[in-house]
Amino acid sequence: MMLIDPHAHMISRTTDDYQAMADAGVVALIEPAFWVGQPRTFVGTYVDYLSTIVGWERFRAGQFGIRHYCTVGLNSKEANNEELAEGVMDWLPRFALKEGVVAIGEIGYDEQTPLEDKYFRSQLELAEELNLPVMIHTPHRDKKRGTSRSMDVCEEHGIDPGMVIVDHNNEETVAETLQRGFWAGFSIYPSTKMGNARMVEILRQYGGERIIVDSACDWGISDCLGVAKTAQLALERGIPKETVQKVCYQNALDAYGQSGQMKEEDWLEPPAIDQRTLFEGNSILRGGREPHIEEPGDRRQRNLLIE
Amino acid sequence: MTLAAKLLRTWVLAQAGGEAHWLTQSLDRVASASQERDLYIFMGLAPRRLGKSDLALGADDLAAADAACPGWSPKGWSIDGAARVLALLTAPPTRAFADRFKDLRRTADVAEMIALYRGLPLYPEPDRLHFEVGEGLRSNIKAVFESIAHHNPFPRDHFDDHRWNQMILKALFVESRLASVVGLEARSNPDLARMLVDYAEERIAADRPVPEDLWIPLRPFHNTPGVAAILQREEAAP
Ligand SMILES: [Zn+2]
Repeated sequence: MMLIDPHAHMISRTTDDYQAMADAGVVALIEPAFWVGQPRTFVGTYVDYLSTIVGWERFRAGQFGIRHYCTVGLNSKEANNEELAEGVMDWLPRFALKEGVVAIGEIGYDEQTPLEDKYFRSQLELAEELNLPVMIHTPHRDKKRGTSRSMDVCEEHGIDPGMVIVDHNNEETVAETLQRGFWAGFSIYPSTKMGNARMVEILRQYGGERIIVDSACDWGISDCLGVAKTAQLALERGIPKETVQKVCYQNALDAYGQSGQMKEEDWLEPPAIDQRTLFEGNSILRGGREPHIEEPGDRRQRNLLIE
Repeated sequence: MTLAAKLLRTWVLAQAGGEAHWLTQSLDRVASASQERDLYIFMGLAPRRLGKSDLALGADDLAAADAACPGWSPKGWSIDGAARVLALLTAPPTRAFADRFKDLRRTADVAEMIALYRGLPLYPEPDRLHFEVGEGLRSNIKAVFESIAHHNPFPRDHFDDHRWNQMILKALFVESRLASVVGLEARSNPDLARMLVDYAEERIAADRPVPEDLWIPLRPFHNTPGVAAILQREEAAP
């Protein structure tokens, strides 16, 4: 089964992870602009970060046969540094139309401060102007209210819920998100967000419509195989293949494909110019091998010879 | 408008299909704009509107390119890349070209960066672009490096020996073809010959193959002792 991980911060990950993802069947991923762990204190640092995710990281992924897309935005934490935030807002329109940018995101609330609210709203307006989907990061603290509020604000701005992916849902938020017509993202992230056994139960209860599974892997203790392992567990526990295929592949493609920047042909039949410059092609798919999941330890120890 | 820009305009328009109207309108806007926002938006929209297919060029087009700018070969250029270079040549000189180029390069995605560097031989004030060119040569993205090193007369015409030699060595290290470098034999020099001999000896000692085209820039120095020795050894090898 081909998989998409629509939320993966690959800038924080190793080549080993790219290899493992490709081996497990990941053909495409989306790297949302986010907080890199250390606050940025200069606009220029942020600009170079955005350049990295539209440029270098895209190339790096392509070397493993994985198609890389990204979202650009000012995250909620750094929205609280007003000088930085103003600077980033000046640059954002120049990045939003770069190749492979599939949404404005991840944006939303962290501590739900007035500054977060201000820049969340101005970025929603930018998304609307450029006709781009929106990826919303919902807060860890006061989650239920923060999630409802994020959707309230989208509605206030007249944004079509079908253009908005609300991420980091859990059992408490999913019903409302789906009922209001938004896409519901779930990050399979150990300890803090969702485990995949819980995810399987959500799929059992809600089915596959408008639900999207991602790993949100980043610099924290997280698993770049979040999507692959969830797909496997769901199949083992009797979730229909069609549902799994929706939540681990098709829905992400449908939601972010609305940008016009993400198409199945990108990895199935990459244009010649991309094959020469950006994308080495997925040997897994071409070779017809079955995707498989192995532990990182196996990969690291397999080869003794370093040539 | 320079002759090269006129050629680009003809080629891109001929292939623009239903987007020809959008293209001429947008270029007019870029040409008359007092602020650069229109140029930025054009750079972003070019592949979305025009696609990314190769420019379809015949032998006479390539000859016209070489006549307009000696050594320039747009073979392998894409339509969106050509349109981007054209827009850059169309924008009014409201500030120094090199400053504008720097700004665009800093925020470029991969395809855009390749287009910007492929356009090097067509830009005004070439000697103010050395820093930017250096940044491109240092790129780890092979295609970006090759957008300067391959089929591009800019290095031949504007690099000093040091930068030239570093470019050739880097090409070897990233396994990029030397034969595609414009002026490969003409710009060779004794320093480079020495470094290439060292490199070849290192490869041979490590039991790694020596790229065939490494011998091209050594040809002019086949009589100097170090070069002669390694050439003889290579010929004697099975
Ligand atoms: Zn994230």
